[in-house]
Amino acid sequence: MVSERDIEHIAELADIGIIKEELAEFTGQFNRILDYFDILDTVEESDGYKQDGYNVLREDVACPSLLQEDALKNAGDTEDGFFKAPRVM
Amino acid sequence: MARSRLSFSPDDRVNAFLTTCPEPEYGTGSLEGLAIAIKDNISTKGIPTTAGSRILEGYVPPYDAHVVSLLMANGAAIVGKTNMDEFGMGTTTENSAYGPTLNPHDTGRVPGGSSGGSAAAVASGMVRMALGSDTGGSIRCPAAFCGIVGLKPTYGRVSRYGLIAYANSLEQIGPMARTVMETSRLMQVIAGYDPRDSTSVDQPYCHTPEKNIQGRRIGVPEEFFGAGVDPVVAAKVWEAIEVLERKGADIVTCRMPAMAYALAAYYVTCVSEASSNLARFDGVRYGPAVDTKKPWHEAFQERRGTSFGKEVRRRIMLGTFALSSGYYGKYYAKAQSARQQVKSDFLRLFKEVDVIAGPTMPTIAFRLGEKADPLSMYLSDILTVPANLAGVPAISVPCGAVDGMPVGLQVMGRPFEDEVVIDTAYAYEQAVD
Repeated sequence: MVSERDIEHIAELADIGIIKEELAEFTGQFNRILDYFDILDTVEESDGYKQDGYNVLREDVACPSLLQEDALKNAGDTEDGFFKAPRVM
Repeated sequence: MARSRLSFSPDDRVNAFLTTCPEPEYGTGSLEGLAIAIKDNISTKGIPTTAGSRILEGYVPPYDAHVVSLLMANGAAIVGKTNMDEFGMGTTTENSAYGPTLNPHDTGRVPGGSSGGSAAAVASGMVRMALGSDTGGSIRCPAAFCGIVGLKPTYGRVSRYGLIAYANSLEQIGPMARTVMETSRLMQVIAGYDPRDSTSVDQPYCHTPEKNIQGRRIGVPEEFFGAGVDPVVAAKVWEAIEVLERKGADIVTCRMPAMAYALAAYYVTCVSEASSNLARFDGVRYGPAVDTKKPWHEAFQERRGTSFGKEVRRRIMLGTFALSSGYYGKYYAKAQSARQQVKSDFLRLFKEVDVIAGPTMPTIAFRLGEKADPLSMYLSDILTVPANLAGVPAISVPCGAVDGMPVGLQVMGRPFEDEVVIDTAYAYEQAVD
């Protein structure tokens, strides 16, 4: 069982933005879904899922890529040819 | 190369399109002048691409997805972008930020999801073909609900370059059309190796559907007709399997015990991958801008809280929880063990049979608003998620109607035997045509 406090904490970790009025609804749905996931407790542990894939390695080759102008076109805010993000410090 | 222009102004009464291109260019090739609709999570250079989300409102990709380049190189006209559940998260297309798509057969019902716009655009005759993407049934479910054909190719057969990622280890882009022949024709263009997708496999698809299925062994797992499957839908699908038997196939009843865990394994896996993939949407590089004057957590929470829909936020939080220390072993690790069991079930059965058949969906299309509770919506994916967990090809082909609504027959095959899956669907389609 997760509590409303747990949901608040998870929302904080995921930077998802949650308001008090939503907590009860999300918590209730979370618990019903997690109850359903409990069926996995009966699965015998193995090495996990084996992909048939393999690492794809190649030499580093210079190819045409996006122009800086195109890469910045969808940005909300830019400065001196860079993306501008909120302050971290 | 000479390019011509098509005129495209559909009477879209079902909200299938998010964007239309009134005069798209086209060139020469196997799809010359054919109007093709593209699901809105597939990048199209110069054409807005939102993935059904407010967080990508106004985003115009600076590049084309590999499949889009292939379509254009083969002469297709890209006529628009189709509605979908936000980021592919849903089974009804009601989770779109831009309003639900309606089912062309009954506008009081959903078209299925998440590629509901693509399915409705094909079913209503606005386009002959469309691309969808299928993470846990998102091509096959709407194909079944709208009465068209939809193929989820083998994992790796179609490049995911330019597909806005939701759950990378599960999803594939695939063709949707009114007939198996047209689905195959579209598959022929989009399949093939692409070095920009490291999971891409060099297995082109050069195939013309063949209807002779004399001696083909078709496995029918009991679990596909178990609890939760509407008996009337189940009976309809059995009739279709009997048609294949009359055409010379051998029907073998079998078991897939790992189906018991498939849905939980699928949801734990997809929400975990989503929580990581969707971290990139923060309003810095694309979509409505983040407030750069605020401290970053506050700014990101404000942008993500208001621009992501509830189902997306729920899945990001579920994934964050499933991967968090202390719970990883209980959820993610167990889900991967379960996933391996599902795959082992398939591989074991494929030693005995050539394909596996059953219903695509447990019911006909839901009424709008019927699946308001998330878990009840998740449960309706039980028959489609196994193919994604195992990476095997799976098709949905129309097999009649119940209460006037289409029902889909699902055929799953061995990895990289998309051709056999296509042929089996073709044999059925031709037998009842």
